[in-house]
Parts: sequence; structure tokens; C-alpha cells
Amino acid sequence: MASMRDIKRRKESIQSTSQITKAMKLVSTVRFQKAKTKAEEAKPYFDHMYEAVTSMLAKSEKLTHPYLQAGTSEKKAFIVITSNRGLAGGYNSNITKLITKGGYKKEDAVIYAVGRKGKETLDRMGYKIAKDYSEAINSPIYKDAQEIGAEVLRAFSENEVGEIYLVYTVFKNTVTHIPTIMKLLPVSSDSFEKEEQKENSDRLTLMNYEPEADEALGIIIPKYINSLIYGALMEALASENGARMQAMDSATNNAEEMISDLSLKYNRARQSSITQELTEIVAGASAID
Amino acid sequence: MADNKYFMVKVISPDRIFYEGEADLLELKTTEGDIGILAGHIPLTTIVAPGVMKITKDGEAKEAALHEGFIEILGDKVIVLAESCEWPDEIDKNRANEARIRAERRLSGGNGEVNYSRAEMALKKSLIRIELADKYPR
Repeated sequence: MASMRDIKRRKESIQSTSQITKAMKLVSTVRFQKAKTKAEEAKPYFDHMYEAVTSMLAKSEKLTHPYLQAGTSEKKAFIVITSNRGLAGGYNSNITKLITKGGYKKEDAVIYAVGRKGKETLDRMGYKIAKDYSEAINSPIYKDAQEIGAEVLRAFSENEVGEIYLVYTVFKNTVTHIPTIMKLLPVSSDSFEKEEQKENSDRLTLMNYEPEADEALGIIIPKYINSLIYGALMEALASENGARMQAMDSATNNAEEMISDLSLKYNRARQSSITQELTEIVAGASAID
Repeated sequence: MADNKYFMVKVISPDRIFYEGEADLLELKTTEGDIGILAGHIPLTTIVAPGVMKITKDGEAKEAALHEGFIEILGDKVIVLAESCEWPDEIDKNRANEARIRAERRLSGGNGEVNYSRAEMALKKSLIRIELADKYPR
């Protein structure tokens, strides 16, 4: 059995670790609440944006806008949203795994990194990092999304990349976060059409566009992309803090468990040392008699 | 629809629902020119140009600076998806002035790297902000 002093030292170190994890849990809880409210406030904009774009695309089946067709380039752009800080459980590795294990060729992937952790991991594995927007994830504003959106659209229209994907963690609720890979461009109209055609068919025939539909599409789709990126940033931030909250919660629980275990061991060690001392005294006394 | 002179206006920006309520007249600027929307307008989707948006109900007008986005008119409902939008009391006039000077300098500077359309957009935005801020002094 380890000596009393060793056990005591160990216990103290775990105690201070648990204090840190507890504090971090509180911090991430506060951050999480903030991020969650922001993500929820942002929601109506995307819902309407999505609705507007789907109804436009459903109507304009015959349109041959460049945004609706894959480029000839083999390369695929990935906007990878992770966090700048660690200690968030599997949050960051789940995202990078989607790319490394997703069956995409390493040579064909171009990474637009948001978040230092994901960037570092992918960089180490030999992926090409085109741009790094890591500051954006600290407190995302709409302008960040616009910048990223403009950059990937430029790459797409200059045929540097043929497809654009958005890789982020969907925030479903406090405990469920789903790492997701989502295709941004080309916009695939077939996925929308089914559900939309039923409810909106009468509305669509009436809709007018000013300027013409395909010109309007050229202006609205970049806005649509920006809003998706912004939404992803907000959801990723909420997920990150949610994941960290959970990770820190279980770390605190583990620490408490270890402390109680060590306390027991410490008490046993103390008792046995007392017993031993007594035995020695008694033995010594009986030797004198 | 003709007997109802009110329609729903919903102005949504990425970080909040900017305005939601009834109106009998909505005026704003689109890329094709100024439009005024009354109840029973034909369904229309159009792109917003930087300008002042005016929401009127029973003679009471509210004005706001609307910079980018697009609008969907659906009979009794108008949805404005605004990328940036602000009430006059939210405008920081000093910042708008600085932005105006910056944009003007960029436009007149004329070295090849200037992105003209962006500088022009910035100039327009700042002018609208200044105009509105002057109209509603705090």
C-alpha cells in the first residue's frame, strides 16, 4: 500500500484539477447559454432564406445557372468549423474524422479552416490549408460569414474547386450535437423539389422576379451561402460550448470519484499505521516486563 | 384582399427579428428603383438596394436604414431578409462619417487595387446612415 504522504499528495493534486474543471464547466455553461440564444435568434433568418431559395429553385428547373452545376475541377473545398481551444471532449476530432475517413482524396481536398484545432490536425496529416479564419469562431459576426462566403465563391467561379462542402457540428439540443458534412455548391435542386412542389405549386406560378429570375438567383445564392455559413458558425459555437460543458462535467465527476476513493485509501493507511504503532508499543512494553 | 388595407411586414436580419407588425404602406429601394408596397401587391421577389425603408401604418411612419438583402412579397405578407438593417437611434454617426471619408478616399485614390463596387457600396451605406441620423437627432 502506498504511503500516507503519497496518497495525500495525489489527493491534493486531483482536488486542484477538479477545481479547474469545475470552474471551466461554469464558464462554458455561461458561454453555452449565450451561444444558444444567439443561435436561436439567428434561426428565423435561415428558415426564411431556405424557404425563399427552395421555392425559387423549384420554379426554375430549367435554369442553367453556374451555381447549380458542378465545376469541372476535381478539387473539393471544405469549410471546416472547429474550435480554437481544446478540452471539449471529442468535439474537434469528430469533425476532422468526417474528412479523413469520409472517402475524400487527400490531394483533392482544399481546406478553409475556421478554428485552430481542426486546422492543426489536418495540417499535420498533410491536407492543403487554403485559408485560415480561426479568429472568426471566437465570436462570429455576419461579416465573417460574408468573407468566407466571398472567398469560396470566388474559388468556385474561377474553377479552382468544383464543389464546396461545409463541415460543422449541428446543434440539435443541449446534449445532442451531430457532426455533419453538407454540400453548399452546386446547389442541388432535386433535394428540395419534392416537399416544396406540393404546398407551393400555386404560389410559384404567381411569383414574379425583378430582375429576371436567373439574375436574381445570381444575387440571392451568395446570400444564401453566407447565411448557411453564418448559421453553421453559430451552431458550431453552441455545440462547442455544449461539448466542453459535458466534458468538464464528467471530468469533475471522475475527479470526485477518485477523491473519495483516495480518501478511503488514506484513512485505511492511517489506521494501519496507528495499529502498527500500538502493536509496537505494546510489544515494547511487554519486553520490559 | 382589397377590403383589407393592412398587411404583415416581417423584417428579419441574421441576428434578430428586426420588425414584425402590420402596415398599410411599405416603401423601400430595390436594385430596379424605389417601390411602394400596398396591401394586395402581386407576388414579387426583388433585391434590396441600400436605402431608407419606411413602414407606415395609419399615417404613423417608422424609418430604418436597410442596406442589403432581398424581399419577398406574398400577397398579404411581406418578408424582408436584410443582411444589415438598423433604426435611426442605433446609428453611430461618427462611425458612418469615418466610413464615408474612407470610402471617398478609396474611390478618388484610384490605384488599381481598389475594389470600386465595394467602395461605392460602403459610401452609399454611410450616406444613408448619415442622412437618417441627421433626420432623427438624438
